[in-house]
Amino acid sequence: MKKSLMLIVAAAFGLAACGEYSQVASYKPGNYQGKSDTRPYEAGQFAGNKQAWEAALANRAQAQNEYKRAN
Amino acid sequence: MARMKFLCDAERCIECNGCVTACKNEHELPWGVNRRRVVTINDGVPGEKSISVSCMHCADAPCMAVCPTDCFYKTEEGVVLHNKDACIGCGYCFFACPFGAPQFPGGNSAFGLRGKMDKCTFCAGGPEENGSKAELEKYGRNRLAEGKLPACAEMCATKALLAGDAPVISDIFRDRALRRGKAGDAAWGWTTAYGKPEQAAAVKEENK
Repeated sequence: MKKSLMLIVAAAFGLAACGEYSQVASYKPGNYQGKSDTRPYEAGQFAGNKQAWEAALANRAQAQNEYKRAN
Repeated sequence: MARMKFLCDAERCIECNGCVTACKNEHELPWGVNRRRVVTINDGVPGEKSISVSCMHCADAPCMAVCPTDCFYKTEEGVVLHNKDACIGCGYCFFACPFGAPQFPGGNSAFGLRGKMDKCTFCAGGPEENGSKAELEKYGRNRLAEGKLPACAEMCATKALLAGDAPVISDIFRDRALRRGKAGDAAWGWTTAYGKPEQAAAVKEENK
């Protein structure tokens, strides 16, 4: 009884680390290793239409020029 | 492809802090974090100058160079972003940045407690699904995906702060400088941020 209990305790300790995964990020120096990002025009209202997205931004950028807005 | 940049015209900035408020409100930033600040030089002295400072999304960003976990990346539009899942909060980027852009959130997340750095995203979110709740909580709103420019620049009352495609905003500034008959040296920080050759943007897997 005592022996089997010892065995169970030893097995529990022995296997305790098996479920752990490495918490150290593996990376190559100088390279971003994280999640990839979606491009701004890929999702949402533009749904991949790059031209429409660029046109929208160009429009907004010109709104910053009050000389153009006044004339 | 657009190369997104900020340009602050020191001749126009009136230190109203509208950009700071717009940014804080747009991204629901916690206490202690200001992604944008207004700095006044020779405050109270006639001829004082104010500039609105945040991450300039440098051509060759020092934060990217010093990050030990390489959690920084540059998008195709030239926006420097970071992955908060990989950030260990060491603060190297804070020391390397000439503009003091990356910051620690306040409260319990301070030095040594594995806080995540927080920085201006050019209103482009981060490496989460565009417009998702996770993106809003970690990085703030993604206005760029909505076809809008950063809130700080769009909110600027005097249009001292310009944001957008580099050729477009530099044309606007050039036109201004010519009209007021002064040299174009009011764009402080421009040479510091963009005076070096452009660092390559991250290329997505399918494009490799």
